[in-house]
Amino acid sequence: MTDLNALHYTDEHEWIAGGGDTVTIGITDYAAEKLGDVVFVELPAVGTEITSGAVVGEIESTKSVGELYAPVSGTVVEINDAVVDDPSLVNAEPFEGGWLIKVSVADGATDGLLDRDAYVALTEG
Amino acid sequence: MSDPRYTPLRERHEALGASFTDFGGWQMPVRYTSDLAEHHAVRRAAGLFDISHMAEFLITGDYAAEFLDFALAGRISSMPVGKAKYSLVLSDDGGIIDDVIAYRLAEDRYLVIANAGNRGAVDSAFASRVRAFPSRIERELPERAEGEERSFAGFLGDRGVDVEDVSDTYALLAVQGPAAEAIVAATQGITELGTPWAEQKYYAWAEAYFLGQPLLIARTGYTGEDGFELLVREGDAPALWDALLSAGEPHGLVPAGLAARDTLRLEAGMPLYGHELTRETKPAQAGLGRVVAADKDDFVGKDALDAAPDAPVLVGLTAEGKRAGRAGYAVVAASGETLGEITSGALSPTLGHPIAMAYVHPSSAEEGTEVFLDVRGTRIPATVTALPFYRRTK
Repeated sequence: MTDLNALHYTDEHEWIAGGGDTVTIGITDYAAEKLGDVVFVELPAVGTEITSGAVVGEIESTKSVGELYAPVSGTVVEINDAVVDDPSLVNAEPFEGGWLIKVSVADGATDGLLDRDAYVALTEG
Repeated sequence: MSDPRYTPLRERHEALGASFTDFGGWQMPVRYTSDLAEHHAVRRAAGLFDISHMAEFLITGDYAAEFLDFALAGRISSMPVGKAKYSLVLSDDGGIIDDVIAYRLAEDRYLVIANAGNRGAVDSAFASRVRAFPSRIERELPERAEGEERSFAGFLGDRGVDVEDVSDTYALLAVQGPAAEAIVAATQGITELGTPWAEQKYYAWAEAYFLGQPLLIARTGYTGEDGFELLVREGDAPALWDALLSAGEPHGLVPAGLAARDTLRLEAGMPLYGHELTRETKPAQAGLGRVVAADKDDFVGKDALDAAPDAPVLVGLTAEGKRAGRAGYAVVAASGETLGEITSGALSPTLGHPIAMAYVHPSSAEEGTEVFLDVRGTRIPATVTALPFYRRTK
């Protein structure tokens, strides 16, 4: 299991793992639960330059559409093809098999993101 | 805003881990586990829905039948006792105030079930229509012969019809799916069934008792599957919910929320008030011309039934891939010209491709017409398709 306390979070309900050159990004269990069953995921292509705060993808459930906001700036180096083929992974394993993209980032890219306690406080508020 | 309301089954839903959503001022279960699993359960086995938020009205009196002929779009008076009929509450200008089901309980007694969000609108429509309905004096007292002495005081104000909003007295549960009949037949506590389960017809009702209390059973639903809707007094709803779930477990019955209910009704091509039906929609635009008995003498909306020749009409749309058009998205031509707007859309869980209902210009409404859906800036090709998208095999 993923150590949820080791992740960074955003108020758009993304999680960010790793603090080195490359980070992994997904959406939280809270976001997955709110969306309902995810049936379609659109991710940016490998090589795309993304800017923190910009919309870079979409996550659709039977009921609604969620936008994927870039939580950091950097270059997409890998996307999760498994989740494109089987979007239900986002619901089943939001922190593991349901990860979305890996992004190469500069030092300090995760500064200012929420820690676990701050994120949990946000979702309970 | 008033406080959100909960049905008598709130504790059952919470114990099952339901997520709640606002619907017509009510906090209703949107899903218990997975809306896709709940959707598939209804198509393959059965689902149990709490629809207690819906509004119920009793229309009673010597002229109840004539009153409903006046107040609703359909011919309600010719429906025999034991049957139910889908109908519309129209406004004076021919728009749709609500879609309802009327059940004839007795010669002089009807139950009308309306949408939760339209409870107030239907209540005021009925109240003003009672006032506009001819009085008993006008109907029954012939012209007085000259010199004849007669008292009319006893009839003053009597219109021969009473309307009562009984929504707070009753709860409504729905068991929907191919296993529905086997499940209700196995449910403990239902006694003195008026009509054997297998003999109950679609859009008919039967009476029974549940734990000694009155239970009204209708073979109706909003999913495109066989099924029953069960009306009980509020206090009896939790026990009935438990009895149905327990009888249904061996048959694959699962509790199902509003998310599944919405994709099920969309596949079945059934309109949802506020999406396909509004005050600005005339029945003919929504494909509901058959529901209106235009040859009735007088009824509210009669003089305004005709829609403009270029008024948008409701169509079904299918597309390929996985990206669904959603309510509010534009339907456009190859030229980019806007043809209309989607009112409901989803990736169909049963069919595996996107489906939608939309209002489009009549020139684009013919089956097979190729159009595009503007899905957040991306154009998705779609085809005008006959409704429903899904029809159960009998």
